[in-house]
Amino acid sequence: MSKLSKTARVYLAVVFVVLYAPIFYLIFYSFNSGGTMYTFESFTWEHYAAVFEDTRLIVILINTVLVALLSGLISTIIGTLGAIGIVSLKNQKLRNTILSLNNVLIVSPDVVIGASFLILFTIIGVKLGFASVLVSHIAFSVPIVVLMVLPKLLEMNSSLIDAAHDLGATKRDVLTRVVLPYIQPGIFAGFFLALTYSLDDFAVTFFVTGNGFSTLSVEIYSMARAGISLTVNAISGLVFLVTVLVVIGYYMILRRSDKDPKTEVRA
Amino acid sequence: MTSMAIKTKSSLIIYVVWMVMFVIAPIILVVYYSMLDLNGNFTLSNYANFFSLAYLKMTLTSFWYAFLITAFTLLVAYPTAYLLTKTKHKQLWLMLIIIPSWINLLLKTYAFIGIFGLYGPINAFLEVFGIEPTQILFTDFSFIFVAVYIFIPFMILPIFNSLDKLDKTLIYAARDLGASGWTTFRRVVFPLTIDGVKSGIQVTFIPALSLFMITRLIAGNKVITLGTAIEQQFLVAQNWGMGSTIAVFLILIMVISMLFTGNKTRGGRVQ
Repeated sequence: MSKLSKTARVYLAVVFVVLYAPIFYLIFYSFNSGGTMYTFESFTWEHYAAVFEDTRLIVILINTVLVALLSGLISTIIGTLGAIGIVSLKNQKLRNTILSLNNVLIVSPDVVIGASFLILFTIIGVKLGFASVLVSHIAFSVPIVVLMVLPKLLEMNSSLIDAAHDLGATKRDVLTRVVLPYIQPGIFAGFFLALTYSLDDFAVTFFVTGNGFSTLSVEIYSMARAGISLTVNAISGLVFLVTVLVVIGYYMILRRSDKDPKTEVRA
Repeated sequence: MTSMAIKTKSSLIIYVVWMVMFVIAPIILVVYYSMLDLNGNFTLSNYANFFSLAYLKMTLTSFWYAFLITAFTLLVAYPTAYLLTKTKHKQLWLMLIIIPSWINLLLKTYAFIGIFGLYGPINAFLEVFGIEPTQILFTDFSFIFVAVYIFIPFMILPIFNSLDKLDKTLIYAARDLGASGWTTFRRVVFPLTIDGVKSGIQVTFIPALSLFMITRLIAGNKVITLGTAIEQQFLVAQNWGMGSTIAVFLILIMVISMLFTGNKTRGGRVQ
């Protein structure tokens, strides 16, 4: 491959620096014993200690992770079943209609999703709080899971299913021992994406969360509106650490499944 | 085979019911609410309101900001994606570009409150050149900069993918036939990666129209986008009717953009 010119290198370097600078800026001042993001007085862990001492913040963190895991899990189940169902549809027109419906939630601005869900929950009489946030997160994650699983299902050779049937497999066997193992990477990617969407969501949650329930995003928003608080910086440090660990973990899993892609089908 | 079909049909039912509940019903509700006044009576006044001068101006500025944000994002993202495909370990570099997008959006926005602040590093830097510290926060510049910053990784990803799929021999052929580097880019590379650019624009433009968190935190209520207006009507003014009317227009814009980009990808397959 051709070598990059000097200007090209400088350009890429600038982009990388700009992308990472704000994150490291936050983390740097999270160790500042002075209360501002302007003058660094001396090194301290006190803001990290403050995060772990604040029970309210810990509850919010647990809520955020709980909502992410539950919505990821449930949306993966619904989305995978949906993708299997969509593939089984013979009617091309119906299939395309369902797929465009599926895309609506992906393209929809999150403000519109949030506002319309707020109306929906108010009309059905769902109390705003944990349940409404969880259901909303499942709702916007399901289409993503479908999009991740669908290509895997489409590339799957249908003779695999026929072969399983001929060899005497029951319908349940075909699903659990042929189809699911084959589309597993898609399911995994869908779950992972659903998780990140849930963790990153602010706008939808902001609309459907009532008083008394909060996720990390919403909490940071209200803290940031009140001004600078180095507790938020400490949270950034923790979030960055977890993100990097997740990325490394994700790569390890990806590597492992890459090593023996075909043998996994039998598992 | 028919029993198999019945089984998969039943798995489809949960999904379809779910989609009806959370895609079709909400859209119908938004349209219904857009025709209600504050007392819940039927009215078209919200629509009349939307076409008033104040709202049209707001819509236009919102479009203008979204356009600027998308344009600048594309301007930064395309060369970046292009150069990334030329690096040795391109997947690793791409990964490094994507990681910042996984850090919570709110945290990144919050960082800029400090960076652009009166005593922040940017002002400190400018002071070295003898420029008086000014409030960069709460300006159009800060709003657009932060929005571009947020959207860059999302724009790079689809462009990178389409550039990566590009058949290199086409570029060699163009060069062999005497095209200059710029002509090759303009007539060969760019047209062939237009689908990536389109999906990049799609993931930037509509969200840029509906931003409200960045406008509140960075632009300090000076910039009102369609998203800010919806949030204002729903959560502050408690006027769900007017908020829904603006939402209906956002949905319409979204449908138009879906038709625009959707057809193209299908057309691309035929070629």
